[in-house]
Amino acid sequence: MFAFILRRLAQSILVMAVVSAIAFSLFNFVGDPVNNMVGQDATREDRVRIRQELGLDDPVLTQYVRFLGNAVQGEFGLSYRIKRPVDQLILERLPATLELVLVSAVIALVLGITAGVYTGIQRNSWFSRFILSSSLVGVSLPTFIIGIALIYIFAVYLRWLPSSGRGGVVDLGWWKTSFLTIDGWRAILLPALTLSLFQTTMILRLVRAEMLEVMQSDFIKFARARGLSERAINFGHALKNTLVPVITIIGINIGGLIAFSVITETVFQWPGTGLMFIQAVDFVDVPIMSAYLCFVALVFVIVNLVVDLMYFAIDPRIRIGAQ
Amino acid sequence: MLLEIKGLDVDFPTRRGTVKAARAVSLTVEPGEVLGLVGESGAGKSTIGNAIMGLLEKPGRVTAGEIVFQGQDIRGLPEDQMKKIRGDKIGMIFQDPQTSLNPLLTIGEQLVETIQKSLGLREKEAEVRAVELLESVGITHAQTRLKAYPHQFSGGMRQRVVIALALAGDPDLIIADEPTTALDVSIQAQILDLIKGLCRSRNLGVIIVTHDIGVIANIADRVAVMFRGEVVETGTVGQVLGAPKHEYTKSLIAAVPRADRKLDRFTSVDYIEGGAKPFQRIDVQTHWLGQAQDLKSPEGTAINVRNLELGFTLKKAIRRKNRVILKAVDDVSFDIREGETFGLVGESGSGKSTVARCIVRLYAPDGGVIRVMGRDLLTDPRAPETRAAKRSLQMIFQDPYSSLNGRMRVMDIVAEPMRSFGLTSGERETRKIVGDLLDHVGLGAEVALRYPHEFSGGQRQRISIARALASRPRILICDEPTSALDVSVQATILNLLKDLQDELGLTMLFISHDLPVIRQMCDRIAVMKDGRICEVSENEALFSNPSHPYTKHLLDLMPRMDLLQPAVA
Amino acid sequence: MTEHTEDVSGKPPSLWARILDSDITYSFLRTPSAIIAAAITLLAVGAALLAPWIAPFNPFDPSQISLWDGKLPPAWAEGGQPQYLLGTDNQGRDMLSTILYGGRLSIIVGIAAVCLGMVLGVTLGVISGYFGGMVDAVIMRFADVQLTIPGILLAILINGIGRAALPLEFREEFAIYVVIVAIGLTDWPQFARVTRGATLVEVNKEYVQAARVIDLPGWLIMTRHILPNVMRPVLVLATIGLALAIIAEATLSFLGQGIPPTTPSLGTLIRVGNEFLFSGLWWITFFPAIALVVLVFAVNLLGDWMRDALNPKLR
Repeated sequence: MFAFILRRLAQSILVMAVVSAIAFSLFNFVGDPVNNMVGQDATREDRVRIRQELGLDDPVLTQYVRFLGNAVQGEFGLSYRIKRPVDQLILERLPATLELVLVSAVIALVLGITAGVYTGIQRNSWFSRFILSSSLVGVSLPTFIIGIALIYIFAVYLRWLPSSGRGGVVDLGWWKTSFLTIDGWRAILLPALTLSLFQTTMILRLVRAEMLEVMQSDFIKFARARGLSERAINFGHALKNTLVPVITIIGINIGGLIAFSVITETVFQWPGTGLMFIQAVDFVDVPIMSAYLCFVALVFVIVNLVVDLMYFAIDPRIRIGAQ
Repeated sequence: MLLEIKGLDVDFPTRRGTVKAARAVSLTVEPGEVLGLVGESGAGKSTIGNAIMGLLEKPGRVTAGEIVFQGQDIRGLPEDQMKKIRGDKIGMIFQDPQTSLNPLLTIGEQLVETIQKSLGLREKEAEVRAVELLESVGITHAQTRLKAYPHQFSGGMRQRVVIALALAGDPDLIIADEPTTALDVSIQAQILDLIKGLCRSRNLGVIIVTHDIGVIANIADRVAVMFRGEVVETGTVGQVLGAPKHEYTKSLIAAVPRADRKLDRFTSVDYIEGGAKPFQRIDVQTHWLGQAQDLKSPEGTAINVRNLELGFTLKKAIRRKNRVILKAVDDVSFDIREGETFGLVGESGSGKSTVARCIVRLYAPDGGVIRVMGRDLLTDPRAPETRAAKRSLQMIFQDPYSSLNGRMRVMDIVAEPMRSFGLTSGERETRKIVGDLLDHVGLGAEVALRYPHEFSGGQRQRISIARALASRPRILICDEPTSALDVSVQATILNLLKDLQDELGLTMLFISHDLPVIRQMCDRIAVMKDGRICEVSENEALFSNPSHPYTKHLLDLMPRMDLLQPAVA
Repeated sequence: MTEHTEDVSGKPPSLWARILDSDITYSFLRTPSAIIAAAITLLAVGAALLAPWIAPFNPFDPSQISLWDGKLPPAWAEGGQPQYLLGTDNQGRDMLSTILYGGRLSIIVGIAAVCLGMVLGVTLGVISGYFGGMVDAVIMRFADVQLTIPGILLAILINGIGRAALPLEFREEFAIYVVIVAIGLTDWPQFARVTRGATLVEVNKEYVQAARVIDLPGWLIMTRHILPNVMRPVLVLATIGLALAIIAEATLSFLGQGIPPTTPSLGTLIRVGNEFLFSGLWWITFFPAIALVVLVFAVNLLGDWMRDALNPKLR
C-alpha cells in the first residue's frame, strides 16, 4: 500500500515538473518579457537594466530553478497588465470559481449517478429512453449556448434571475462567499446549472455504460443462478463494481468543470479565475497564464490522488495482494 | 424422478434464420446420480442447462416441451417463482472460477447473502453454515477464509468456493457447466472427485455438461450424447462409451486420442467433417514445395538447445531482494533429430510454450544457445545462411481465432511468408502455389479470396498449416495446435499433420498438455515442470515405464479410458 | 454459434455484397435514429461544402451587402423581407448565407483538427503499444501530463500562444490554421490511449506472432497487421471527436480566440449575435446556434450508434 501511494506521488511530482516547465517556457517564448513590462518606448538603458534585474541573462536552467522556487511559494511575479502580484489576484478570485465548481459538481454527481443507475437498471422503460435521448442532446449543447439560452429565458424574458455577477457576497475576511445570501444563491444558480449540464450527461452515460458492462459479467450470471433478488444484484453486486471506473472519470470531470468554468464565467461575467485567465490570454499577460496553468494542474493532481485513495477503499485487489 | 425433460425445443432467432439450439430433447435425472451431457461446440448442451434454470440468453426461448422438476412443470414459471427455485432447489456451477465470483466482496459476504436468501437464517447462523459449507468442499481454516477476497484464492480453490455457493441454498439438483475446463489436470481430478462425493453424500442429482469424454468416463453414471441440438444416444457410461450404437457416438469416441497405445492414424471420422475435401496429393519430387532444400543439418540434428534460461519479472522493485522473478525456463537442454516428432508435455505454467517461443525468437533468452540446422539465429541475423535457417522454421499456433489476421484475405495470409522471403519468381507463381497449398490441406484453391471469419475453427487451422508450409520449412513447431478444437476436428488436423510429415520429411516439435495426444503424435517426449525438463524418453518407454516421479504423477491423473471400446486393430 | 464446417465453396461475395451483408449495415438499416443522423450529417456537410454555389448571397462580397438592409428579422416576421429568409445581421449580411459559409468553416476546421489529432495519436499509440518499454513509458507519460490539463483550456492556451507568436499582420489570415493545430494537438492523447490499448491486445494475438516468426519488419507488422485491426475504436472516437472538435472551435471563436469576424464560423456568428440579444434581435444568435446544435447532435447520434454497433459485447 505504501509503495502504491509513493508511486502515485512520484507520478504527480513528475506531472507538476513538466507543467511548470511549460509554464516557465511561456515567459521566454511568448513575446518579449521586457517589452511587456515597460512598453515599446523605453530607452535602451532601461531595457538592459530590467533584463539584469529580472535575471534574464542567466542560464535557462538557473532561471527555471528560480521560477520553481518562487512558484512553490506561490510567487509568480506581477501581472503585465494590472501590475499587481499574480498570487493576490488569483486568491481574490479563487472563492468565486471554487464555489461555482462545487455547486456544479454536486449537481452533476447527484443527477448524473442517479439517472445513470436508473437507466442502467430500467434499460427498456420509456423514461430511461427519454433520459438517454435527452442526454445526447445535453452532450451536443456547447456550454456557451446553454449559458446564452438560460440568460435569455430567465434573465431577459422572465426576469427572474440576474444575468451576470455574483450578487450579494459576504466577506468572511479570507473568503468571499455567495452561499450566505439569497441574492448570492440566485446569482450562482444559472452559471452552476450551465456548467453542470455537460458533466451531468457525461456521468450519466458513463455510469449507464459501466452498469450494462458489469451486467454482462459471469459473476452477475452466477448471482442470478443463485436466485438472488434483483435488488441485491443491482445494488449489492453491480453498482459497486461500476464505481471503480466511474470514480476515475469523476476525477477527470472535476478537472473538466474547472476548464469549462472559463467559458461559463465569460458568459455570466462571473468574477472568478477563469474570466481572469481569458482576459490574460487576450492581452498575453504571461504571469497570469502561467500561474493559472500551474494552479489547474495542481488541482487536477490533488483530485487524482484522492481518486487513488478511493480505489483503495473500494477495490480489495489493490488493497490486499494475492496470497 | 428428480427431473424429467420431455421434448424440449429451444430456438435462437437470428438475422440469418432461426437456430434450433435444442430439438425434442428428453432427459431424466434421478437423485444421487450424475448425468453427463456430452457434445462438441454448438451441440446445444449448455443451452439445456440454461433452459432448466430459466436463464436462456436473449433472444433464445423455449418453444416446446416440458421441464418437470419434482413433479412440477417449471417451464415458463413467472420470474418470482423461478427465483425460489434457483439456488434453493437447483444450483449451478459455471466454467471459469476467475470470473464467477464478485471481486469486490469477501467470499463470506457472498455466501452469507446467498444462505440468508435461501434459508432465511439470521446473519450469525448463516455464518456458521457458511463455515460448514466451506469445510464440506475441502477448504481448510474456513472461519478465517470467510474474510478473504476471491483474488486471494488459487483457481482450484475458487472453484471450490463456487461449488459451496451453489450448495448454499441446499439444492436437490446441481447443473455444472464445464466445471473443470478452465483448470489444470491435477486440480481437475480433485474437483471431479469433490462433485461426485457431494452427489453421493447429499443424494443430489447432478448434470455435468462437458465436451470432454475423459470427464464423462471419470464421473458420470449415465450419459446423454448431443449432436446439433439433438440427443442422439443415452445410456449408462459403460454402454455408451464401450458399445456406442449411434454413428455419431462411434466416430466421436474413435476420435478420442488413446493413451494405451500408439496408432498410425486416427480412425475415420468422416461422419463429422462431411465438408472436407479429399486430400489432393502434390508430387513433392516436382512441385515447388519440395524444391531448393539445400540446407543440411550437422549430424542430423535439426534443433539443439543448450542451457536455455529465461526469467520474467513478476514484481518490479528498486531493491533486488524485493523483486520477484519467475524462472519460466530454467537450464533446459535437448536435441531434436531431423525427421522426428519431439513432444514437449507439461501443465500450464511449466514453460513448454516459452521454450518454443524462444526457438522462433519471439522471446529473447537470458542465457543459453539455440541452434537451428546448426546455426545460432541470434548471431549475424542478416547473413543469407541465417535467413535460410529462419525460413526453415515455422510455427502453428493454438488459437485458430486469433492466429489469422481478420482483415486479410486467405490469399494474402498464405502468401505472406513467400513474399517476405522472396521465394517465388513472381506474383503469378505465388498465386498458383497458394492455390496448390490450399488444395493440399483439404480446403480447395477457390477459398483464397475469402476472409478468415467465414471459416470454422478446424478450417482456420488448415489455413494456418498452409501458411506455415509456404516458407518451405524443414521444421514445424506446433504449440497446442488442437487444444482449442473439438475432438473430432482435432483428429482430422492431427492426421493432416502426420501426412504432411511423412510426405515432406518434416521435423516437428509438438507441444501439448494432453498426454494422449502426445502419445499419438510423438517419437520422443520431454516432460517439463516449473521450467525444467524432468525426463526425456522414447514414446513407448515413457508411457509403459516412466522414470521420473512427476511423469508417474501425470500418468496417474490421466482420465480412465478403459471403458472405451477397444481400438479397431 | 454453431461450429461445424462452414460451406466455403463457390464464388466469394464481392466487396459491395459484403458491405451490404455486414452486421453494421444490418444494424444501421434497423436504427432509425442512425439513418436520420447520417442524413442530417450528410446534408449539413453537403450544404456546407457547396455553400459558395447554393447560398443566396456571398456574405464576403461587399457589393452584395447593403447596410440599409441591416438587422432585418426573418422573412415570416413583421418587417421581414422575402429575399432574406432568416433575416440579416447588423452589417446587412443574409443570415442563411452566413450560416452556410460559417458552417462550412466549422466543419472544415473540425474535420482537419480531428484528422491531425487522429494521425498523431494513432501513430504514437501503435508505436507505444508495439514497442512497449521505454518508448511506451515516455509517450504515455506525455499523454498523461497533457490529460492533466483539460482539453478546452489547453486549446485556448495553444491557440493564444500561436496567435501571440504570429506577427500581427498574419494573425487573421492564419487564425484558422492556428485553431486547427490547437484543437488537433489537444486531441491526440485520447487517440493514443485508445490505440495503444487496442494495440496491446492485438500484439499478443497469434497472427502478429506469426508475422514475427517469418521475420517481417516491425513497420510492416504495424501498418499491415496491427493498424487495420485497431481502427474500429479509433473510428468511433473520431466521430465523437468530430462533434467535440466542432464544439471546441465554436467555443474558441465564441471567446474571441478563434476565427475572426471577417470570415465568421458558427461560433463567431453566435458571439457577434450575442451582443444584440438584449436588444431583441434574437435571430442573429438563434439561427447559428440552432445550426451548430443540430450539426453536433447529428454527429453525436451517429457516433453513439457506431459505438453500440461496433461493440460486440452489447449485441
